[in-house]
Amino acid sequence: MEKGPDHGKHRYGMVIDLDKCTGCGTCAVACAAENNVSVRQDESDKERSISWMQIFKITNGKPYPDTEVSYFPRPCMHCEEDGHGHHTSPCVTVCVATATKLDPNSGIVSQIYTRCIGCRYCQAACPYKARYFNWWDAYFPKGKGLDRYLTPEVSPRMRGVVEKCTFCHHRLMRAKTRAYAEDRREIEEDEYITACTEACPAQAITFGDLNNPKHRVSRLAKSPNAFRLLERLNTKPKVYYLSTKDWVRKLADNYLPDEFKPLS
Amino acid sequence: MENQAHSSDQSTKGGWLFFIAGFIGSLILGWVIFPMALYSSQPQPMNFNHALHMNPDKVDGIEGDTETEKCLFCHQLRDDGTFAGIPRLEKCMECHDDPESPLGSTPEEKDFLTRYVAEEKEIPWLSYYRQPDCVYFPHIAHVKMGKVDCRTCHGDHGKLEDLPAYRANRLTGYSIKIWGERISGLKFNTWDRMKMDDCAECHTKKGHEENNACFVCHK
Repeated sequence: MEKGPDHGKHRYGMVIDLDKCTGCGTCAVACAAENNVSVRQDESDKERSISWMQIFKITNGKPYPDTEVSYFPRPCMHCEEDGHGHHTSPCVTVCVATATKLDPNSGIVSQIYTRCIGCRYCQAACPYKARYFNWWDAYFPKGKGLDRYLTPEVSPRMRGVVEKCTFCHHRLMRAKTRAYAEDRREIEEDEYITACTEACPAQAITFGDLNNPKHRVSRLAKSPNAFRLLERLNTKPKVYYLSTKDWVRKLADNYLPDEFKPLS
Repeated sequence: MENQAHSSDQSTKGGWLFFIAGFIGSLILGWVIFPMALYSSQPQPMNFNHALHMNPDKVDGIEGDTETEKCLFCHQLRDDGTFAGIPRLEKCMECHDDPESPLGSTPEEKDFLTRYVAEEKEIPWLSYYRQPDCVYFPHIAHVKMGKVDCRTCHGDHGKLEDLPAYRANRLTGYSIKIWGERISGLKFNTWDRMKMDDCAECHTKKGHEENNACFVCHK
């Protein structure tokens, strides 16, 4: 494992166990509902759909009966480095409006919609395609129940700005506010988890502070089965995946023939 | 020749006069007339006498040792730490449902009883400090953890006998209090200018630079 840049106090991160993930899509639905991701009048153009948590399906490419399928849920990776050793994310370095920043105290990459000018550089810079552009204003049809689930703590996005997963940052603020009411300054592990973590029926997602050795994520991230997407770009993502299957681990990066080293 | 020089001198003087008149005129236009035109002025649905309620000689029951604690008696922090803001009718009725509570002597109080209490209707107060949708402001972090008094940002609102008119920007719809009352941007009191940089300035001054991260106040 790499040394881990312990720059800030907290480094919130996620571990997703791909062996547990069934690809059901509950995380994606819970995420969209929690974060006021709007629907569109015409939903047919899926290339412009916004999904902060996207699920990719991968197969080992072998014919029946050796076929195996796995799913990659992909939130924002909240990268800690830009790939050149600087303590900032690839998207943050290119933002001309300072609309996106890596918060050194939480490790969360913020996105301020009122500051974003919609140039989409960050979208191009993101190796994980975790950023989405709003081609239309937020739209929540009345009388269909969609307006009833809106989260008041998450502001809806306007046309012409980029949005992405925020690790449900409003939940962190909510947990902090509650802690203050109870005369605490620090929050417990279970007080702040993302909507996808909470919703996952297989409990494949674990969320917590990677800097805190008591949190499950910091232990899981050090597992020999842990790996990250496109790890060799050196962006130091804070989303880890677990898989015991070598073919899954191999698909997480672009390896040359004979370059990949299997676990066993 | 002399005549010509004399006349050009006079025209320069006249030019200055025109310039100064125009300059003053545009200053008045920009600093007085434009702000007046930009901001609407709406009266609150009914008056509320803060000074009277804060006076322990006149009103009994509003508990608290400090001014801030007294404010928090009605403008409550909920159990989960969120701020309730302007109290609902329910809160008023905690004291005023007592038949001996002195109500009904002024037209406002009569109004309160007939128009709102009798009909069980909430008073449609206009919130002076309602923040824009992109802003997250936890009162508890400032008032309880940061030990900032209400007065620091809200001024002497608690000493007012009459509620000031609610003034909203006609273009944006936001209250004048959001960015500070003084349109010139000159700052003598906290509430003169309350922009993002002013929040950051105070955070830095108090040694909480980490709270200047974007996502601390934005959502």
